[in-house]
Amino acid sequence: MLYHIKVLVFLKDGVLDTQGKAVLGSLHRMNYTDLKDIRIGKYLQLWVEASDEDTARNRVKAMCSDLLVNNLIEDYTIEVDELS
Amino acid sequence: MKACVVVFPGSNCDRDVIHSLSTRVKANVSALWYEEHKLPQDTDLVVLPGGFSYGDYLRCGAMAATAPILNAIKGYAEGGGLVLGICNGFQILTEARLLPGALLANKNLKFICRQCAVRAERTDTPFTSNLQTGQVLKMPIAHHEGLYFLPPNDLKQILANKQVVFRYCNNDGTIDDKSNPNGSVDNIAGVINKGGNVLGLMPHPERASEKILGSEDGGLIWDSIASWLKKGGRC
Repeated sequence: MLYHIKVLVFLKDGVLDTQGKAVLGSLHRMNYTDLKDIRIGKYLQLWVEASDEDTARNRVKAMCSDLLVNNLIEDYTIEVDELS
Repeated sequence: MKACVVVFPGSNCDRDVIHSLSTRVKANVSALWYEEHKLPQDTDLVVLPGGFSYGDYLRCGAMAATAPILNAIKGYAEGGGLVLGICNGFQILTEARLLPGALLANKNLKFICRQCAVRAERTDTPFTSNLQTGQVLKMPIAHHEGLYFLPPNDLKQILANKQVVFRYCNNDGTIDDKSNPNGSVDNIAGVINKGGNVLGLMPHPERASEKILGSEDGGLIWDSIASWLKKGGRC
């Protein structure tokens, strides 16, 4: 079975997000003064061949802990879609 | 001294390190490709140089930290071998979990390339053995991700373990917010592992090892390593 897995990676609370800060500055300059804060993360899409959803999810969790996410500064969520 | 400098795709300070180590302390230095699985026999020092390994994709140093040569370096470090990470090399060592913490984008959002001053906080390490405690070294920094970050509890721990080796300071050695170029916690510019044999720092000693470069202070780090090895020091 092929699974389409969407991973959202975002900086933990308390970790300075300079990219978000820069974008916030630009949007304020464009008069979006109602915007109070913006934090920027990453959206990763993975396609994994696995026998079932749990296996696919666990493989991606392993990839997150081995490379995709630095758990000192980042958190993540996983969403799984079955494709075939 | 037999040293090797690891070259990743995107490293760009490898030749400078080779040049300054071989001229300053007459080290026998070789370049080592990241796809190798073993370090040369009798290596006294491994240097992970600055640059933009893997184009800084994903997170600075993250992919280099999974390169084949890193397994050999981890084994070498566990056995007490000396490992020095400069700039991107420091980022790689934190991503490989050989050093605590992480390097985030600079607080002022800019790439900073300029001379700065750092204060030696420890002189009982192989990398600082020729320095005086509190000695100020002038070395350049050149980075976009140099803000050293640690969660508060981890910070307490590295302070208790005396793992901070260099702090950004004024020319007279005073440490304050003004002398902190990138927003690093506690002005930290360089940290060492608990074993005292793996050091990472953001400033570039290889760019401050001869007079023509405006400072020779970085050479004191090479001198320290050389004299520590000569004395047969072990971590």
